[in-house]
Amino acid sequence: MNGTNKENITENNAENNVLDDSKVSDTTVGAAKDNIIVRDNNFISQSPHIWRGISSAKIMYIFLASLIFPSVAAVYFFGLRAFWVMLASTATAVLVELIIKKARKKRFKMDGSALITGLLLALTLPPRIPIWMVVIGAAFSIALAKEVFGGLGHNIFNPALAGRAFLAICFPTFMTQWYLPGNYGVDAVTSASPLSENFIFQGTNMALYRDMFFGNTAGSIGETSAMLIILAGILLIAFRIIDWKIPLVYVATVVIMSLIFGEDILFQVMAGGLLFGAVFMATDYVTSPVTGLGRIIFAVGCGLITFLIRRFGAMPEGVCFSILVMNGFTPLIDRYIRPKPFGYMKPQKAKQAK
Amino acid sequence: MTIKRVKFTSGLKLPENKVTEHMPVARLELPSKVILPLQQHFGQQCNLLVKKGEKVRTGQLIADSDSFISAPIHSTITGVVSSVFKMINPLANSIVDAAEITASEEEELDFQSVNPVLEDIRKELGSLRENGEIENYLSGKIKELFDKINSIENEEIIASIKNAGIVGLGGAAFPTHVKLRPPEDKKIDSIIINGCECEPYITADHRIMLEYGMQMLIGAYIFYKVLNPEKVYIAIEDNKEDAIINIDSLIAKSGLADNFCVVSLKSKYPMGAEKTLIKNVLKRKVPMGGLPMDVGVVVNNVGTCKAACDAILKGQPLIEKIISVTGAVANPGNFIVRIGTPVSEILKCCGEFRSEIREIILGGPMMGNDINEENFPVTKAVNCILIKKGLPRNEGNCIRCGRCVNICPMNLLPLNYVNFVKNSKFEMCKEYYISSCIECGSCAYVCPSAIPIVAYIKTGKSILAGK
Ligand code: SF4
Ligand code: SF4
Repeated sequence: MNGTNKENITENNAENNVLDDSKVSDTTVGAAKDNIIVRDNNFISQSPHIWRGISSAKIMYIFLASLIFPSVAAVYFFGLRAFWVMLASTATAVLVELIIKKARKKRFKMDGSALITGLLLALTLPPRIPIWMVVIGAAFSIALAKEVFGGLGHNIFNPALAGRAFLAICFPTFMTQWYLPGNYGVDAVTSASPLSENFIFQGTNMALYRDMFFGNTAGSIGETSAMLIILAGILLIAFRIIDWKIPLVYVATVVIMSLIFGEDILFQVMAGGLLFGAVFMATDYVTSPVTGLGRIIFAVGCGLITFLIRRFGAMPEGVCFSILVMNGFTPLIDRYIRPKPFGYMKPQKAKQAK
Repeated sequence: MTIKRVKFTSGLKLPENKVTEHMPVARLELPSKVILPLQQHFGQQCNLLVKKGEKVRTGQLIADSDSFISAPIHSTITGVVSSVFKMINPLANSIVDAAEITASEEEELDFQSVNPVLEDIRKELGSLRENGEIENYLSGKIKELFDKINSIENEEIIASIKNAGIVGLGGAAFPTHVKLRPPEDKKIDSIIINGCECEPYITADHRIMLEYGMQMLIGAYIFYKVLNPEKVYIAIEDNKEDAIINIDSLIAKSGLADNFCVVSLKSKYPMGAEKTLIKNVLKRKVPMGGLPMDVGVVVNNVGTCKAACDAILKGQPLIEKIISVTGAVANPGNFIVRIGTPVSEILKCCGEFRSEIREIILGGPMMGNDINEENFPVTKAVNCILIKKGLPRNEGNCIRCGRCVNICPMNLLPLNYVNFVKNSKFEMCKEYYISSCIECGSCAYVCPSAIPIVAYIKTGKSILAGK
């Protein structure tokens, strides 16, 4: 408020204590009429008056930066083809988001979430999938799995995984044609992914682990290199972008299940999309629980379902569906897993204390 | 040494910005007028006892209430009641009566009488001008003083504190005499003197502990004498090492080392909030909806202690307090101001920088209220005036990142309140224990979507209260 206004108040007080402030906002007038010093509500800011600078957009971009690791690996192992898949997917995702926001006459804010969805989807696809399928998958992710629910923050299922599941159901053959790295010519040799039943590896176990660790194996373009995914995961945890509980508990659950059922532990951990899913997919804020305990339950659920699908299911890989299933349980988990408030007492006990 | 150090605590690390930390407390010249809202405390509003046009003296009782949870209001300058009106009290979100007093030339004191045994001390204190002299005088006489205080009846002390209008000066403004009269069945075994000052920018309590340490300690002793607990803990955050050392040596000097001890705490926000403070110092949890008394603890702020000392030794009611004026002002500092001084008069002395979007915040940046009204007075609850450039905050969608859940000292789920309030599901707020929220602001501070969560919580609370 400026100086003149201040004098106004003083003058009026001296006369009749009535303040006729033309700037009074409607709500205040409604609450109480005459005789009141009213403040101009326009500039009132709410406490706290400071806050930490890290914004949603910044979190998204750090996350995106960590995705560079598997992306680079994808291009290294599967060649330019992988690059086109990633480009098609991200471009479609961003474009579809833009169109939907425009159609709904909402402000389009570039927060990087569409970029992430697009890239994540691409990284879970097989290298030689036709580009038009990629476009359909990405469009599905954004339009039906995200925006229909109300956009960022309201979707129930992880959009990228939903897109992948959609493709896997519509085009099962294309989605399960794997190629060994390096074979991206016309006459590429198909190969079984390590998790398929007809997968045969000629060599020692050590050599197999080594190939899987560095990524020299058949699989989705971004999922093959365990090393780079672990590195990215460590960085994300160090920057406090993702909660360590989800990836660790997820992987630990699979390890324990493998022990119980006598499966090859290292193989189970590194094969397929487990690490990728645990680090990049299950940790998605929007579709995982918010409490620590809730997250642990969520991760254990993911691990169990993944293992059960792998071991008993019809499909060789279960990461995608297990996370989607747990996404569906997230609202339920958040509803029932609530931390006890500080100083909480059971109702009867509280009565006794009174 | 009697310093107890608590090492591990959770909480928020905030940028401190305590620029006025090393600035000695200065006395501002008397204001030309004061505005005294008749409710500056938690509890019942007072009824005005004087009429418009009446002459009042400094320290004269002008408003009181019959209610137990209330504190009387005194005139803080000598002058004439120039008007009586209603105003919005943004600190309590309510509409209160207020009296404006315009100063006259001479200051005449109308202090309360003190107990006869303290009369000579009062006289001698009256002749001392400098604060340093007062501190020295008091430390010289400390043993004798304690004996004298011991000889006074508890009831009389409580009555003097009530009549002096003393309330918790840390911000909550809970009437102090209520804390001194716990119900029969609640045994108080510890007093915590809160010198944490965990909010950024504010340094008033820090300066009190450095410059008014003896007076503060005497205040603490008065509480000790009334409540007779086993231990008195003086809790100070470890970013105020000089205060820790000063208080510790004063305790040793006055021979209180058996029952008094300094607790050094990590400076983490919100350390100074009663519940977190008790948890960190004593490992006790105040039950939900309960008071510190329920776990045998009374918490008082250091400023309150000093006010109690003034009331008992000098008969001076709560008419002035030490506040920090900081942020975008030319001359920041710590000042003794009369309660009721309009913010504009204080800012005149401090040379405020003018900028288009600015906030005048009463209190710290985390919990303070933006008043945007220079005519608003400094009330008993205000400990800081912070001028900040207003920053636009673009609220986004909640991305359910869980940061607010992680940081909440009360173990709540702040993100849900936003949702419920937006959708008018106020009953759900209750189910999620919205009343446990201490409005510390930690959740909104860490929220990456810049959601003013606390604003939603306050809305939810006030609507629930109105139902
Ligand atoms: S919900 Fe309340 S107590 Fe918890 S962090 Fe937010 S303001 Fe603080
Ligand atoms: S910190 Fe903000 S964005 Fe994250 S869960 Fe809480 S309210 Fe949502």
